[in-house]
Amino acid sequence: MTNAEINERIPKPIGESKPRLDNREKVTGAAIYADDLQFGNGLLFARILHSPHPHALIKSIDTSKAEALPGVKAVVTGDDFSGFLGLYLQDRNIFCRDRVRYVGDPVAGVAATSEEIAVNALELIEVEYEVLEPVLNPEEGVKPEAPLLHPDLSEYKVANFIFPQAGTNISNHFKIRKGDVDSAWEKCTTIVERKFRVPHIQHVPIETHIAIAQWDETGEITLWASSQSPFAQRNLIAQALGVSQSAVRVIAPKIGGGFGCKAGVSMEALVVAIASKTKGRPVKLALTREEEFYTAFVRQELIAYFKMGCDANGKILAMENTYYWGGGAYTEYGVNVTRAAGYSSTGPYEVPNVKADSICVYTNHPVGGAYRGFGMPEMHTGLEQCVDELAHKAGIDPVKIRSINCVKEGSITVTGFKMHPTGLSKCIEETAKAIQWGQKSPASAPNKRRGKGTAIMWKAPAMPPNAGSSAWVELAEDGTVNVGLGGQDLGQGAFTVMAQMAAAALGVPYESVRISSPVDTRYSPYEWQTVASRLTWSMGNAVVNAARDARRQVLDLVSEAWDEDPENLDIRDGVVVSYKSEQEQPLKNLVIYGLPKPDDQGWMGGPIIGRGKFMPTYVTGLDPETGQGTRSVVHYTTGSQSVEVEVDLDTGRVEVLRGVSAFDVGKAINPALVKAQMEGGFVQGMSSALFEEIKMVDGFCQNPSFVDYRIATTTDAPSDLQSIIVEVPQDDGPWGARGIGEHPMVPTAAAIANAIYDAVGIRMTSPPFSAEKIYLAMLDAGIVE
Amino acid sequence: MAYHKITFTINGEPEQIDVPSNMTLLRMLRERLGITGTKNGCSAGECGACTVMINGEPVNSCMILAVECDGSEIVTVEGLSENGNLAPIQEAIMESGGIQCGFCTPGILIASQALLNRNPNPNEAEIREALVGNLCRCTGYVRIVEAVQEAAQMV
Repeated sequence: MTNAEINERIPKPIGESKPRLDNREKVTGAAIYADDLQFGNGLLFARILHSPHPHALIKSIDTSKAEALPGVKAVVTGDDFSGFLGLYLQDRNIFCRDRVRYVGDPVAGVAATSEEIAVNALELIEVEYEVLEPVLNPEEGVKPEAPLLHPDLSEYKVANFIFPQAGTNISNHFKIRKGDVDSAWEKCTTIVERKFRVPHIQHVPIETHIAIAQWDETGEITLWASSQSPFAQRNLIAQALGVSQSAVRVIAPKIGGGFGCKAGVSMEALVVAIASKTKGRPVKLALTREEEFYTAFVRQELIAYFKMGCDANGKILAMENTYYWGGGAYTEYGVNVTRAAGYSSTGPYEVPNVKADSICVYTNHPVGGAYRGFGMPEMHTGLEQCVDELAHKAGIDPVKIRSINCVKEGSITVTGFKMHPTGLSKCIEETAKAIQWGQKSPASAPNKRRGKGTAIMWKAPAMPPNAGSSAWVELAEDGTVNVGLGGQDLGQGAFTVMAQMAAAALGVPYESVRISSPVDTRYSPYEWQTVASRLTWSMGNAVVNAARDARRQVLDLVSEAWDEDPENLDIRDGVVVSYKSEQEQPLKNLVIYGLPKPDDQGWMGGPIIGRGKFMPTYVTGLDPETGQGTRSVVHYTTGSQSVEVEVDLDTGRVEVLRGVSAFDVGKAINPALVKAQMEGGFVQGMSSALFEEIKMVDGFCQNPSFVDYRIATTTDAPSDLQSIIVEVPQDDGPWGARGIGEHPMVPTAAAIANAIYDAVGIRMTSPPFSAEKIYLAMLDAGIVE
Repeated sequence: MAYHKITFTINGEPEQIDVPSNMTLLRMLRERLGITGTKNGCSAGECGACTVMINGEPVNSCMILAVECDGSEIVTVEGLSENGNLAPIQEAIMESGGIQCGFCTPGILIASQALLNRNPNPNEAEIREALVGNLCRCTGYVRIVEAVQEAAQMV
């Protein structure tokens, strides 16, 4: 189907910038987040005793004094729970049992009648440790002589596409062996080799992790959590506790930012475990801002080596990339970040000869998890600077080298997957045009230098091959529509987009659609997780299928009642119409009570409820030795960013003056929300490029506060942000849509680094590109004295 | 812990309650009065999510003790609308799309309203300066700044 044909068939309100469904509750303070839920006087408060050592054996724990403190209702330790947790690799217990692996590892938990008593109780718990040598760097961690963090690695349950290496600290090793890299180097006229280090950063949702658990006398467990993943939490917590999934009910109210850190399970299991001992009283655990920085998930550290070469025409012939991921103490989620970086390891380029190793390494650092873009921002930070450098060395324009080599429809990707239609070339053109590529604008002062930079990206949803979605659509007496779904609106606007899709598929006004929320695993239909930018595409398909099912039921009923061919019937603006007989019947009433039979003797029909599901069935496995296969992923969203910066020669400070983004979203269901993702993602990417790093010294986080870990503020963010929507339809996306939530922060750090190079001629190989680092690099290069 | 009887107005309504000496205004609002629109992002005066107005001035309510508010006029996000009519800044931020997760929104609205009260026609730099203490991780701030500019036009 051509683009024009698809566009002709797109019904309202698809493609319209409808206002968010949750606008009014969010501007009036009425929106309810986990910490706003009221539990009355019975509520207990939990606090967690964390490991003070990066690596140690637990010799003994004495909780008797804490238990004796008045007001303390429960004290739990690893002795109480032997089950394992983990999304792709079950490598962690709920509480540490014999060993602690990072500063922050949970050793014991207390529930008390007040937070103050709980804090006092922690101080009464006596733990004896035998301190061990830590692993502080992934390159050190792979060495044979490195201390072993998980001696039982070979016994852990693991997904069949993850490859841990027993007897080492390597929890996954993803390999690409494509073509012949060694002989390709001889054909290259230009070769670039560089090492990059991308530090741990944190997601920094403004709402910290908060969860409340209640374990009633019948064994039913209820968890209210600020959560991206109510169903995955139900599943993983049930497995760890050895109870039925249906005994665990997760309710997910509004969430104050996630970006991946509230996916999977982290602190939620702790509060459920504590609640098992409070005799039915609910227990609340709210992470402090300090705890948020290092006891929940962080982004993995990356040490990356790139080698790439091109011929005289700028065609990239070979890449050899090695990624050492500092996965932290547990890599239950992180192993798949490593895999995603492996199967996307060339970036969005068609490269005939590739050798890549993406290696997940345990370190005695905080736990690496999913962070917006899932391995891609880290990897692209170095890769896209190397491509830039290759262009400069080969005497080719950096935008042109990208246009020459970027993936196009039919390109063979790094895993042997034949690339689907993609608008990447168009994105590159659009950002270059918008930033006025090739034109240098004058600096604002004599001591300043301006530069422009571009970086491009790709990212596929990283998930199991069979991650599913489901939905239902029911109607009320007044013809309004209620959509049941199990994904979460993190702020990206998923519920608004789902309402638009349901309205379009059913034939009702947008204003008459509600989303059944909060998501509650007892009543909501299944959804794997709100991650991987997969909801618009996957949950969208489920919602559309459910709405079409309801529509079919309505039309079947009316066609029988009116004795007309359903082909001649339609639902428009909530009214069933016949194009043949020109009869009309509003949906109201008929969707509950049905219609009188033509002879008026009784009724036909009944309450309408549509159901829908979606699960990709076409993703194939990859060869463990070569990483080659038929279809590695569901699809790639691609895009490009160009920026203009100004560097202050006196201080090294970088100001980002302008940012231009273009992404191929397939079809923008709600263009304003798509642009909002591009703007917010750009600034988050810019913040990670210029300011952010969890400073780790000997395994201790040095800066767990907003004063010492700075994120971009109003005065840092540029006011000139341009967002360009490119639409090359996805064959199995609703009206061609694919995801966009994560992608806008993927190329940003590289684009800024390339602009810094353009401005002052220095390569920044390790973010954050602080004023100090830039000044010292300029000093080294003799640019300043 | 000593308790103190304090009298104040909250969103125009008079209140009198006993609070312990060490209770912050934020905790009093959320835990004693059940007014939960004001959010807690850091408990350290660094993120601005808990911003309320005291006698017209924007304040981090996690950094002020409840007892210090004796005799004050306190306005929270719940007090911006009157009789169900939203304030221009509330309308404007919905219109501009300056809301995503919404957790920083109450603090942003209060800080913006306080700015508009003292400077009905702020320029972009003044808006950005006034909101520098209100962290937002979702939006990139562009549409928030636009909303304040639009609200200024609406008044």
